[in-house]
Amino acid sequence: MSDAPPVVEATDLARYFDVSRPALQRWLAREPKRILRAVDGVYFSIPKGTTLSLVGESGCGKSTVARLVVGLYAPTRGKVLFEGADLKLARAAAEQRRRMQMIFQDPYASLNPRWRVRDIVAEPIRAFGLVRGARARRERVAELLTQVGLSPADVEKYPHEFSGGQRQRISIARALSSNPDFLVCDEPTSALDVSVQAQILNLMKGLQRDLGLTYLFISHNLAVVRQISDRIGVMYLGRIVELAPAETVFVSPRHPYTRALMDAIPDLEMVGRRRIPVGGEVPSPINPPSGCHFHPRCPLANERCRREDPVLKPARGTPQTQVACHAVEEGRDTGPVAVPPLERVGTAAEPSA
Amino acid sequence: MSAAVSRFFDSDLWWSFSRSPVAVLSALVALLCIGGAVLAPWIAPQNPFDLATLNLSDAFKPPAWAEEGDATFPLGSDDQGRDVFSAILHGARVSLLVGVCAVLFSTLLGVSVGLTAGYVGGTADAVLMRIADIQLTFPSILVALLVDGVVRAALPRETHDQIALFVVIFAIGISNWPQFARTVRGSTLVERNKEYVLAARVIGLSRLRIMLSHVLPNVLGPVLVIATLNLGFAILAEATLSFLGVGVPPTQPSLGTLIRIGNDFLMSGEWWITIFPGAALVAMVLSVNLLGDWLRDALNPRLR
Amino acid sequence: MTAAPKPLLEIRNLRVEFPTRRGTLVALNDVSFSIAPGEILGVVGESGAGKSMTGAAIIGLLEPPGRIAHGQVLLDGRRIDNLSPEEMRRVRGRQIGAIFQDPLTTLNPLYTVGRQLIETMQTHLDLSNGEARRRAIGWLEMVGIPAAAQRIDSYPHEFSGGMRQRVVIALALCAEPRLVVADEPTTALDVSIQAQVIALLKRLARDKGTSMMLVTHDMGVIAETADRVAVMYAGRVVEIGPVRDVVKSPHHPYSIGLMNSIPPLDHRVERLAQIDGAMPRLNAIPPGCPYNPRCPKVFDRCVAERPDLLDAGTTRAACWLYAPGEPLHV
Repeated sequence: MSDAPPVVEATDLARYFDVSRPALQRWLAREPKRILRAVDGVYFSIPKGTTLSLVGESGCGKSTVARLVVGLYAPTRGKVLFEGADLKLARAAAEQRRRMQMIFQDPYASLNPRWRVRDIVAEPIRAFGLVRGARARRERVAELLTQVGLSPADVEKYPHEFSGGQRQRISIARALSSNPDFLVCDEPTSALDVSVQAQILNLMKGLQRDLGLTYLFISHNLAVVRQISDRIGVMYLGRIVELAPAETVFVSPRHPYTRALMDAIPDLEMVGRRRIPVGGEVPSPINPPSGCHFHPRCPLANERCRREDPVLKPARGTPQTQVACHAVEEGRDTGPVAVPPLERVGTAAEPSA
Repeated sequence: MSAAVSRFFDSDLWWSFSRSPVAVLSALVALLCIGGAVLAPWIAPQNPFDLATLNLSDAFKPPAWAEEGDATFPLGSDDQGRDVFSAILHGARVSLLVGVCAVLFSTLLGVSVGLTAGYVGGTADAVLMRIADIQLTFPSILVALLVDGVVRAALPRETHDQIALFVVIFAIGISNWPQFARTVRGSTLVERNKEYVLAARVIGLSRLRIMLSHVLPNVLGPVLVIATLNLGFAILAEATLSFLGVGVPPTQPSLGTLIRIGNDFLMSGEWWITIFPGAALVAMVLSVNLLGDWLRDALNPRLR
Repeated sequence: MTAAPKPLLEIRNLRVEFPTRRGTLVALNDVSFSIAPGEILGVVGESGAGKSMTGAAIIGLLEPPGRIAHGQVLLDGRRIDNLSPEEMRRVRGRQIGAIFQDPLTTLNPLYTVGRQLIETMQTHLDLSNGEARRRAIGWLEMVGIPAAAQRIDSYPHEFSGGMRQRVVIALALCAEPRLVVADEPTTALDVSIQAQVIALLKRLARDKGTSMMLVTHDMGVIAETADRVAVMYAGRVVEIGPVRDVVKSPHHPYSIGLMNSIPPLDHRVERLAQIDGAMPRLNAIPPGCPYNPRCPKVFDRCVAERPDLLDAGTTRAACWLYAPGEPLHV
């Protein structure tokens, strides 16, 4: 690992959304404003050439982090640094903008259905003026398509003529066409069949090796994340609760949520095995619990957990792992973790009464 | 080009068209009406507005198949000796011109407003849509009458006569844009959250460029259907205005004008002067409407 | 693999076609399997394999112009594929329950949860209003909805995703069907909720003796829930057997490729095993064995003839490698 500054660094990154009802209705019903804290204070950094994965369940804020890092949302608090410079300033310069790209989850919505493949892939090239002349552009597009495993003859086709996996390849070709250094991948294989997923993951790993790319990889699938990550951040309700090298997270997870999550995954090794599922449901990000967001479901919660937000710090015993947990800090996290079932808490749209 | 043509005839749209007798029939009738209207100067047996060719002795001739009919006046003649058939052809031409131009104007205005409101959102959206909502509370014919009346009052008479055609087109056009705006705004709201738009934003393209090159092609689908259905309405609106005497200038009579002129003679027995223009109007509007209906249903399952 | 007591559900040589103006597409091609009473059969496959189509054909909800062109669906020995829509409606609900992927669209947003349960029960069972309501509350409790007696009058949108899916399960089971067809019941749910719902399905199946056909693309869910599993590819069943055998030591090259391409949770691999190419579209299914263009073990017979399910030891696989007398292909 070189001494170069990390490609991306997030400091106290937060993003809130105002999901209150329209002002008039609110005033008539005397309701307070409702703020959805999608991301609530996130810290991480990604060294060059590595992959950081963010995993978590729905509502944990991982997709919002992806969008913050690439400038689609402005942070409510905190900042993102791209190679040491503030992201907003960086994105004002086209030369910096072309170095970060994004791949999306839905292969059907991420390509303009009315554009041909050659225009889709060439769009960043045109926007950044990277290659001049129609013929040179055509050659570059053909080169990119070959690089992602498609045939150059596909340039004339429309997206609907391709399968889901092929469309993701087109998305990847489009992302690569601006010669980026940094790629944000928002659940790129979640919508794909298992065998196609294997192809795309292998492709992405190969490209990272060949082109020296840095990835921020968002996923809810721990098995996928294990195969592609150097470091993993586990998110819960807008915060990172554990951040560690990939193998360490799987071999010795420290945070109670991580441990319960590992246990909950249906797995091929499971045939005939009994296990205890995680209880309760993820509370609403509109009214997250006070203190540690996980405390209502955590078997190790104490008074301090209810009052005080835990901070990400190295865990005792496994210092490479950063954990945001009072129990770990206080050494109370021994023994198996079985999370008891819980009363239903509010849905993502409506908090419970 | 020929590849595109052969692809069209191979497409599902053509296939479902050729299987619908209503669609084929209404398309033929519409083609007939439109063809006749467009080619009027060349195929009309008489130029009814060239005063030199008129002869008062030819007035009030009944249609050719009636007793005192004359073959030179296949559908009869009016009080000035004008051939009704020729008058219909020329009148249809004016009606069609006004209708098509008005629809084009509505479409342009409505699509622009809808696209902007949907994509930009916020205050612009609120303001534009409130204007549309307010306008929608009035029947559009009333709006057209209002606009026409205001312009008439504002301009001196000679200027108005010169630009009367444009005024009518403007009045009808502006009475119909909210429909387009609403539909396009709805589609735009859906499209702007799709990942291909996000991908364009990540690259840093300007909002205008994204709206025009990415969103616009994807929201035009329903617009074609609305425009086709609107054509029928626009032609009718023009006919109504002309019937009321506030539409096209008397020097360029449309079907509505003809109906109004003939209306005076309906009770005295010269029915053909008003009935035939009326029938032509019905045929034109009905066929365009049926075509529009078929198009809406045919495109619907593919409009996902 | 011995024949169980008379099967509850039997599919014989089912063929489902879609006439289009460009020709007829065959979505299911000669599919046969059976489900014993109280058994959970997993049907696994990738998009386009035909697994959802099979479920739809069984419950009589094939979207036109799709239709059953050949074959039979037998429930308890009686044919149900040729019933009138009215008769099929009675079978659906009373004999066969259905759980679909998206709980939001399965439940009618305009009626309370209780009303939908009560209505379903009263359509199929002879119950008084009071009795139906009592049973509805009982079902909600059984699927783990807290405060069921109050929640029975709530609307679907007042529940979270996992709770809604539990309600859907209650709805599918409340008329006490013998068979439940579940199409991707856990796919839209978070991992921790998935685990709860799977546990619930298993418990209810055991307690009530209900058979289940669990259609999904998620092998992990199958591994944990099913007794037997059928692997589908391009409209055919290519392997079927006890879940442990199919998952741990599959015989059909596609099953092998599929199991290998699943990213392992317990260790990291340098490169995931992948199957090159893609499943053929319905209008481009190759002759012979549909997997032959992608199969690492393909030989002449594979292209010429389409194999039926053959005995491969612990499972049955539709692969010429297992034809009796076929020399060992290394």
